[in-house]
Amino acid sequence: MGKEFTRPQALSEQHTHYCPGCTHGIIHRLIAQVIDELGVRGRTVGIAPVGCAVLAYNYFTFDFQEAAHGRAPAMATGIKRVRPDLMVFTYQGDGDLASIGMGEIVHAANRGEKFTTIFVNNTVYGMTGGQMAPTTMPGQRTTTSPLGRNIDEIGMPLKVAELLSTLETPGYIERVTVIKPSYIVRAKRAIKRAFTYQLQGRCFSLVEVVSTCPTNWGLTPMEAVNWTADVLLPYYQLGEYKSPDTREEG
Amino acid sequence: MGKVLMKGNEAIGEAAIRAGCLNYFAYPITPQSEVAEYLSRRLPEVGGVFLQGESEVAVSYMIFGAAACGERVFTTSSSPGISLMSEGISYIAAAQCPAVFVNIMRGGPGLGGILPSQADYFQATKGGGHGDYRLLVMAPAGVQEAVEMVMRAFPLAEEYRNPVIILGDGLIGQMMEPVEFPDHLSSKPSNKDEWATNGMATRKSGRPNIVRTLILDPNTLNEHNLHLKEKYERMKRDEVRYEPYNLEADYRGLIVSYGTMSRVCRSAIDALKEQGVEVGMVRPQTLFPFPEKAIEEAASKESCEVVVSIEMSMGQMVEDVERSVRGRRPVEWYGTCGGDVPTPEEIMEAMKSFMSSESPHLVHSSTG
Ligand SMILES: Cc1ncc(C[n+]2csc(CCOP(=O)(O)OP(=O)(O)O)c2C)c(N)n1
Ligand code: SF4
Repeated sequence: MGKEFTRPQALSEQHTHYCPGCTHGIIHRLIAQVIDELGVRGRTVGIAPVGCAVLAYNYFTFDFQEAAHGRAPAMATGIKRVRPDLMVFTYQGDGDLASIGMGEIVHAANRGEKFTTIFVNNTVYGMTGGQMAPTTMPGQRTTTSPLGRNIDEIGMPLKVAELLSTLETPGYIERVTVIKPSYIVRAKRAIKRAFTYQLQGRCFSLVEVVSTCPTNWGLTPMEAVNWTADVLLPYYQLGEYKSPDTREEG
Repeated sequence: MGKVLMKGNEAIGEAAIRAGCLNYFAYPITPQSEVAEYLSRRLPEVGGVFLQGESEVAVSYMIFGAAACGERVFTTSSSPGISLMSEGISYIAAAQCPAVFVNIMRGGPGLGGILPSQADYFQATKGGGHGDYRLLVMAPAGVQEAVEMVMRAFPLAEEYRNPVIILGDGLIGQMMEPVEFPDHLSSKPSNKDEWATNGMATRKSGRPNIVRTLILDPNTLNEHNLHLKEKYERMKRDEVRYEPYNLEADYRGLIVSYGTMSRVCRSAIDALKEQGVEVGMVRPQTLFPFPEKAIEEAASKESCEVVVSIEMSMGQMVEDVERSVRGRRPVEWYGTCGGDVPTPEEIMEAMKSFMSSESPHLVHSSTG
C-alpha cells in the first residue's frame, strides 16, 4: 500500500532554471497535478509571462504561448473567444500583471473571460534583477528603491485580489501561499476550483500565490519563508475574496 | 451575386467574412469605426466572434492569441491605433502567425487629423514595431480593390505565416462604390497542426506546440532571422503587384502613386493627354514588396525626363522610388499631408513644372 510519489504527466522531465528556495517550481507542480486530475492536458493552452517564468513551457507537456510583458490576459481572451473548448491559463508575475499588464487583467476579469490566471506575487521584478514592483512592501529595499519603498512617493503596495474582487462581474478569486505543506494543499485546492469553474464555463478565475524570491530579497530560502510569513501574509491576507457561488446565494 | 453599393469600411468587414474569417477584435477610431459597427451586427448572424477590446494594445494580443490557435482573425484600426498595435505585430511576425490588419490611415503625427492621409507608409513598410520583420503591405485604390485585397490577404498570411496589412486611407474607408464580392473562400488554413496551439489531443503528433518569440541563443536567433528574411525575399520574388497606366505612350514624366492619390493622378494624366502632354504612372498595389523593377524599367524609357512620387505624406515613398530608379532619372516628390487630397489641376501643374525645368531637379536624387 502507501502512496506513490510520481511526476505528474503534465510536468516535463526538465530541470527548472529557478533559484534554490524559489516557489515557482512548487506552483508549476500544483498546476500540473490539477491538469492531470482533471484529464485536460490534451486541450490545455498555458500562457507564459515575461518574467522568471517566461520559459515555463519547458517544464510542462502541453501547448503553450509566450506573451509579451503583461499581455497574457489579452492573449487568453483571444484564445477563449475563438476556441472556448480549450482550457486556458495565464501564469503571471506581479510586475507583469500588476504593473504593465494592469489594464489587460482588469478588463479580462471584468468581461468575465472564462480563463484562469495564476498570479505569482513575489513583491519584486525577479527576472530583471529585483527592481521595485507595485507589490513591494513599504520600506522594502530593492535595486530601484535602495532606501526602501517610500510610500509617500510611491503609494502603498497594490492588493490585486482585493482590487479585482470589487468588480461586479462574477468571478472566483482566492489568495494562497505555498510556504508550508498545509498551505500547499490549500493552494492546490484553489487552483483546482479555478480550473473547474473555467471548465464549467462559469466565470473568470484568479489565484494569487504569495511567493518567494530569496535571490532578490537577499535572504536564504528559510529566511525567505519566514519573511513571507511575518511580513507579507499580514498584509496580503490569505483566503477567498470572491466566489461565483456566494454571489448566487446572496 | 451582382454589384451592391457599399461604404468601403463595411465592404472590408464583409470581405473578411467571405474570406472565411469569422473572428474580429477591435477598438473604435475614426475614420474606420464603421467596420466594427458593421461586424458587431454581422458576425453574430454568421456565428462569428466580435469583441471590442479595451485598447489597441490588448486587441493586438487578442489577435495574437487567436492566430496562434490557427484560427483566421483580423482587426482594423487607424494610424494612432496601429502605433499601439505595433508591439503585438512585432511579436506576431516573430512567432510566425498569420493575421490580417487593416490601417485606414488618417493624418499624423500625434493625434493629427481625421481626414485621409498616407503618412503611415514608413510604419507599414519599414517596421513600426521593433526588430527585423516585414509585413506584406497591400494598398487598394478603391472599394472593389479593397474587397479583393482583404480576401487575398488571409491565404497570403497563412502561406507566409506572417501578418499582412491593408493600407488604405480615410477616403477608401468612407466612400461608397459599387462592389461585387468574389466567391467565398474555403475557410481553414491547412498546415496549422505543425505549429498552432489548438490543443494537443486534436493532433496526430501528440507533441505540444509552443508559440514563442524568446530566443536567447545568438546563433539560433540569427538563424531565425535568416529564416524570416528568406520569407521576405520570397515575397519580393512572388508577390509584387502594380498597375501600369499610360506606359505605352512616350511620356516625359513618370508618376509613382498609390491608393486614393493614384486615382487623382489618373485624372490628371488623362487631362494632360488632352493637352498633348504625356505622363505615365506605376501604381504600386503592394508597397512591400515594392515594384522596384517595374519602376526602374518605366523610368528608363528614353522619353522619360523625371520621376515624381506623389503621396499624401511628406516624402516617404519617394525614398523607395529613388532606390528603384537607381539614379537613372531625377526623382521628385509632390504631395500634401493635412487631409486635403491634391486636385488633378494641382498635379497637372506640378508635373508641368517638373518637366519644363531645363536642369532637372536633383533634390531627392541620391546618385543621379
Ligand atoms: C515591454 C517590456 N518592458 C520591460 C521588459 C523587461 N522585463 C522583463 S521581466 C520584467 C519583470 C518581471 O517581473 P515579475 O512580473 O514580477 O516576474 P518575476 O520575474 O518576479 O517572476 C521586466 C520589467 C520587457 N521584457 N518588456
Ligand atoms: S530571481 Fe527570484 S523569482 Fe526568479 S527564479 Fe530566482 S528566486 Fe525565483
